Amino acid sequence: MAKGISKEQLLNWYHQMVLIREFEDRCDHLYFVDKKITGVYLHLYSGHEATGVGALATLGPQDHVITAYRDHGIAIARGVDPKPLMAEMMGKRTGVSGGKGGSMHLASREHNFWGGYAIVGGHLPLATGIALEAQYNETGAVVISFIGDGATNNGYFHEAVNMAGAWKLPVVWIIENNFVAMGTRVEDSTAQTELHKRAIAYGIKDMGRINGQDVIEVYETVKEAVEYARTNGSVLIESLTYRYKGHGVSDKTYSERFADELRDYQENRDPITLLANRLKKEYKNIEPELEKIRAEAVKIVDESVEFALNSPDPTYEDLIAHIYVEE
Amino acid sequence: MAVKNIPMREALRQALYEEMLRDERVFIMGQEVGEWQGTHRVTMGLLNEFGKKRVRDTPISEMAIAGAAVGAAMAGLRPVAELMTINFAFLSLDAIINHAAKIHYMFNGQFKVPVVFRAASGWGNQATATHSHTPEPIFAHFPGLYVGTPSTPADAKGMLKTAIRSDNPVLFTESIALYPKPGPVPDDVDLLVPIGKADIKREGKHVTIATYARGVEWSLAAAKELEKEGIECEVVDMRWLRPLDTATLFESFKKTNRCVVVEESLPMYSFGSEIAAQLQENMFDYMDAPIKRVHAMDVPLPFAREIELMALPNAQKVINAVKEII
Ligand SMILES: Cc1ncc(C[n+]2csc(CCOP(=O)(O)OP(=O)(O)O)c2C)c(N)n1
Repeated sequence: MAKGISKEQLLNWYHQMVLIREFEDRCDHLYFVDKKITGVYLHLYSGHEATGVGALATLGPQDHVITAYRDHGIAIARGVDPKPLMAEMMGKRTGVSGGKGGSMHLASREHNFWGGYAIVGGHLPLATGIALEAQYNETGAVVISFIGDGATNNGYFHEAVNMAGAWKLPVVWIIENNFVAMGTRVEDSTAQTELHKRAIAYGIKDMGRINGQDVIEVYETVKEAVEYARTNGSVLIESLTYRYKGHGVSDKTYSERFADELRDYQENRDPITLLANRLKKEYKNIEPELEKIRAEAVKIVDESVEFALNSPDPTYEDLIAHIYVEE
Repeated sequence: MAVKNIPMREALRQALYEEMLRDERVFIMGQEVGEWQGTHRVTMGLLNEFGKKRVRDTPISEMAIAGAAVGAAMAGLRPVAELMTINFAFLSLDAIINHAAKIHYMFNGQFKVPVVFRAASGWGNQATATHSHTPEPIFAHFPGLYVGTPSTPADAKGMLKTAIRSDNPVLFTESIALYPKPGPVPDDVDLLVPIGKADIKREGKHVTIATYARGVEWSLAAAKELEKEGIECEVVDMRWLRPLDTATLFESFKKTNRCVVVEESLPMYSFGSEIAAQLQENMFDYMDAPIKRVHAMDVPLPFAREIELMALPNAQKVINAVKEII
């Protein structure tokens, strides 16, 4: 087992990962079966858990996190209460974004979680700007910005990463390479399929490829990256991970298209099973504890659903509020 | 209070200088704003005064200039992001429209985006089709963003200072043709022009001319000529395209019952269309004549001087439009 990581911390990560999986499975069910989550967009984080949880475990509360629309798991890993998250899924007034953002636009100012963003690449220069504030005011904070593999191909990636590099801004760019953007494979979108190598082009630190299914490996690499970024500037990491569900709820043929690959990941490289196995190997008779954690996660998600279902809808006043800051 | 006659570019420079002195959080980022001293010399001397931290030369990265400014603003700074010319802001549209203008609303007020996007606009100096745009109305289409564009040095200074102090995102354009033109500017560090407040640049009772930016110059010149024939024009400088000061416009229209709209921009889905729609929806009972519109011709702006000038508005076109409805 990794040095310097306590049993308590490992169990905490296990809890977060199980909670994310449960939350996402429930979202799926609430959408397809119960029809309580509506709309056309719902991008689940299932399969990615170790990357989000391992990466965010390296940050302090003063640090910053920003991501794209696949944001539920990131919000949970950052410690946002699942209740207002679930309420946002259902467009309720009590949602983190008052029901006005929806699943793709979760954010929590008090957690320095700057949001999920639905325009591919759009949040990348925001990360640059947030890091600029950290440097400007010498706060010592670091920004972790997650990036989809597909997002590395639009202009925002180039401009935001290059600018952060030029100005030595404290950003840890983490590409979550799940091998596919909607339905387009990485190798069909770029000739340089080792996405971390793009760091070389910008002269920023290339921390290579990591196994994004292994929470400990993610944690250790990102920890080093965050320490580096705090004093030296930007870092790029490519975390290899896997998306268990379709791109979003509209993607219905995904599991047929990639059936073998998907089965392989679920059976042999599942991040939660991997961590559970390591815990069982390291600590005798830990199974009851893991069982308890799983039951807790179910309870937390039950409560979040209960909370969301019983929450009011936004009103006309909400519709017209916050278009501008009142001044 | 002392009043000095200074060109618009100097008035803008003063606004930036004073706001940077006043508030540590205010900084400038953009292409050629520092070492080069500003493409249009608006940021002249500021690098020397404030150093590289606060006058930041950027790569040629319009998406990141606008986007990083949004991020920095969310995090608590007060960026003034210069997009060199509004033509290049098309590359920043997503950061401005989908991010700056939406973030406060979409996250239910959790974040503020106090950013100013500055850009030079328009021209008519054979800059050709890609480099002569005045697309302010496109930006004014979107709730969440303020859009301002001044016609005089005093307004330029006061409006820019207000924009910088505002907690909301502002797209602020500056007519290139107006940069060298002088005008009286009070020597006042708190010279502020309220957001969304129009200004009557000339009073008159026969016809309202609703306009902004360079259109004010053409309209005032036209009004001067028309006065000789006994026609008194009221020139309403809207100054802000969003929010639009319809109250001032309607008051003027109630008096004149006639309106000509003058803009440097294109006619389709335009400032003129909006003013005409507002008047017919709200002021129908006061209307004595059709609304006339003076604008650039509906063509890409050509290079050849002869036909370029043909395509642009001028005072004579304003005179002709007024006479058609008087
Ligand atoms: C600018 C832009 N272009 C296209 C889209 C449509 N779109 C949404 S998600 C997506 C795929 C992005 O894939 P990736 O960055 O790999 O992230 P993942 O979904 O795998 O997490 C596309 C093309 C968009 N939202 N924004």
